[in-house]
Amino acid sequence: MWVWAFGAFPTRVLRPWAEGPAFLFPTAHGPRPSAPGRGGAGCSEAPPPPAATSPAPPAAAGSLRPRGAVRACAGPRLGAAMMEGLDDGPDFLSEEDRGLKAINVDLQSDAALQVDISDALSERDKVKFTVHTKSSLPNFKQNEFSVVRQHEEFIWLHDSFVENEDYAGYIIPPAPPRPDFDASREKLQKLGEGEGSMTKEEFTKMKQELEAEYLAIFKKTVAMHEVFLCRVAAHPILRKDLNFHVFLEYNQDLSVRGKNKKEKLEDFFKNMVKSADGVIVSGVKDVDDFFEHERTFLLEYHNRVKDASAKSDRMTRSHKSAADDYNRIGSSLYALGTQDSTDICKFFLKVSELFDKTRKIEARVSADEDLKLSDLLKYYLRESQAAKDLLYRRSRSLVDYENANKALDKARAKNKDVLQAETSQQLCCQKFEKISESAKQELIDFKTRRVAAFRKNLVELAELELKHAKGNLQLLQNCLAVLNGDT
Amino acid sequence: MAAEREPPPLGDGKPTDFEELEDGEDLFTSTVSTLESSPSSPEPASLPAEDVSTNSNGRKPAEVVLDDDREDLFAEATEEVSLDSPEREPILSSEPSPAVTPVTPTTLIAPRMESKSISAPVIFDRSREEIEEEANGDVFDIEIGVSDPEKVGDGMNAYMAYRVTTKTSLSMFSKSEFSVKRRFSDFLGLHSKLASKYLHVGYIVPPAPEKSIVGMTKVKVGKEDSSSTEFVEKRRAALERYLQRTVKHPTLLQDPDLRQFLESSELPRAVNTQALSGAGILRMVNKAADAVNKMTIKMNESDAWFEEKQQQFENLDQQLRKLHASVEALVCHRKELSANTAAFAKSAAMLGNSEDHTALSRALSQLAEVEEKIDQLHQEQAFADFYMFSELLSDYIRLIAAVKWEAKVQQGERDFEQISKTIRKEVGRFEAKRVKDFKTVIIKYLESLVQTQQQLIKYWEAFLPEAKAIA
Repeated sequence: MWVWAFGAFPTRVLRPWAEGPAFLFPTAHGPRPSAPGRGGAGCSEAPPPPAATSPAPPAAAGSLRPRGAVRACAGPRLGAAMMEGLDDGPDFLSEEDRGLKAINVDLQSDAALQVDISDALSERDKVKFTVHTKSSLPNFKQNEFSVVRQHEEFIWLHDSFVENEDYAGYIIPPAPPRPDFDASREKLQKLGEGEGSMTKEEFTKMKQELEAEYLAIFKKTVAMHEVFLCRVAAHPILRKDLNFHVFLEYNQDLSVRGKNKKEKLEDFFKNMVKSADGVIVSGVKDVDDFFEHERTFLLEYHNRVKDASAKSDRMTRSHKSAADDYNRIGSSLYALGTQDSTDICKFFLKVSELFDKTRKIEARVSADEDLKLSDLLKYYLRESQAAKDLLYRRSRSLVDYENANKALDKARAKNKDVLQAETSQQLCCQKFEKISESAKQELIDFKTRRVAAFRKNLVELAELELKHAKGNLQLLQNCLAVLNGDT
Repeated sequence: MAAEREPPPLGDGKPTDFEELEDGEDLFTSTVSTLESSPSSPEPASLPAEDVSTNSNGRKPAEVVLDDDREDLFAEATEEVSLDSPEREPILSSEPSPAVTPVTPTTLIAPRMESKSISAPVIFDRSREEIEEEANGDVFDIEIGVSDPEKVGDGMNAYMAYRVTTKTSLSMFSKSEFSVKRRFSDFLGLHSKLASKYLHVGYIVPPAPEKSIVGMTKVKVGKEDSSSTEFVEKRRAALERYLQRTVKHPTLLQDPDLRQFLESSELPRAVNTQALSGAGILRMVNKAADAVNKMTIKMNESDAWFEEKQQQFENLDQQLRKLHASVEALVCHRKELSANTAAFAKSAAMLGNSEDHTALSRALSQLAEVEEKIDQLHQEQAFADFYMFSELLSDYIRLIAAVKWEAKVQQGERDFEQISKTIRKEVGRFEAKRVKDFKTVIIKYLESLVQTQQQLIKYWEAFLPEAKAIA
């Protein structure tokens, strides 16, 4: 029985992506283990991205690997050598890279503050991100440094923004989703269990596929976390936030435990907000046309984006299943071709080869759709929620303002605590106006970003679909020419 | 005698029954005569067995009316079989009912007067190339279509009637184009007759489509939904393929029952239609296997050939089943993809509606349209996947079951050698045909894939400028 749980293996993702195929792809032999002492040395100082070292020796597919194996090398350099397992690696990579950037189309790389995730490590149920900062701002002790962060710390940062009253008037960049490898791990588990029931080729093929899938999910989660940081860094106000700086620079664990209590509070908060939604929506009609329009728009848009995102997801997944079927068909045809003794065997082998190649293309189509469409929609689902949250906050402050007005009137009527009421009313008024002003700008920016991102992604989606369809067509026509020529 | 005649077109079927011959009618007469004699057609079925034991000349005296033409017929029909096979008792008398005589033509010729045998070779020479070519290509000038399913009757007694259209230039048929109405049990009846006549002497009789109680009940009950129309369509296609395969078989083509099935406007209702379908055949296989196990069989080298073939077919069967399962999964996922794409298209359209940036809104609506068209494409592709690929595979799986049965059968028969030769021939023919069939179907399938891709390209090319136009 082959025992191999992906989660047991540290998987590394090395940056910089922009450089091209410097990316870890598991070869047929499984993912490379990480550098030693990950839990220790790595966290306490800022290691520069590991230099090129000897790659981990490949293991025969299906060999038993001890859980959590740690190699005694300084960390594999994921170079082109790692790409052997996937022949379409570079392409895939750069497309995804583009996809990532496309979501934040207007984020200029700003010399003052540049943040990225230079490395990532997947260990059991945790993912550790190496956050790398380059900055010329005086706030930081050094110009360039890195720290290791986990998902919970990102959430902490996000929540600190949300809870900060000063930021009430801004769209808080949505928090990255929790890394979720469960589905992928389950599939790998099942594959391991079902090893006996399929041929060696099939097994290897499926393993490669699942590994690629796992890796894709991994890359995506890294991308999402990075996007979050980049958005913060690009925001004129948020980038100055102290918590943010701590997050970037403090090279110890931020100790954001006690999540459970926090989570409970958040849930409570969210529920409150949701019911407030009801109140605000049905209650006060906004005086300001702009906001009135925005509110209506956002509510509807958000729901529809949610729907579109879910459906797009399902569509991409079906696409992937169909592509996987091609895999099995190709294997069967291959088996037929090798066991058959008649002249049809050459025929079968050719067709089997065709199916293999076509399948790779179909899998890419599905992956690209996932990236350009599903991810885009998912991201804007979260951003539109953030925009909605902004509107809630504004409405709440409006309600506060109006309540303060009423209190003031009452106080004046009773002629009691008038000053207090006046101050309070002033504060509310200021708060409301401040929020309104920045909210307006934020919402306009949101629209600009959204339009640009959609444009970029839709164009790229169409281009990729065309590219793949043409590739497929070429393959099929070539194959047909050969087959017809033979007969 | 041989000289006089111009080689009749291959497969010139004559009435096969000797009864017919008794009528002394021109063999080329209309189906009427065939009809008259048909009631007795079950008889010939038993004949082969008998004939196997009887000797050449002991034929039913009646058929002696040997026509040059018939002889010729023999010659052509028997092309496939080796000339030097031992004189086998002519199955049914000398008659040109090669259809009924699963034995080589030589045997048929043998009982004939020696004079005939002399002339035989001449005949052979003459039309040999023609025959060879036709036999190898298995191209008999006959085309069968099954169409226009229509429901007859009501309630649980209702049934679907299919129009069976034959287009042919073969002179054994009275007309060149004709059609009849048949119901499913008629097909099964035909198959059962053919199977009982030919199976156990070594011919591979194409299996009939499976019976399906559920599917039929839905249709009877009048459920007019897509699944029952799909079911009817599947069945229609399967019946068409079944007939096409059957008429491609040179020997079966000569069979009077087959001809009657194709031509006569009324067919006696087949009662015993336990479909000798793949499942039925498998049952028979098992029974035969049991019988066989009780006999001791002498091994000789031709057994080795059979062993090998059997093994081969086992493997092939397994592989095909696997392939079939994968293709079915593909069809299922494709349908799913189509549905999901349609859902997404609607959703994208809604999103486009609520988007307040005009150009983006328009682009999103366009995207929705593209996706909708793609969904249609996927549906059609699924259809193609299914019909072309999947059904062919399941047909073949059942055919192989029939072949396996052959192999088992031969082990238990006397006149082992003769039958084994027949089987070898049949198997060889089957393999060649299989190869051709597969190739044709797969190529057609690939062409359908090509079309899909071309359409996709068209759609996305139309969409691209719209996306770029978002400002």
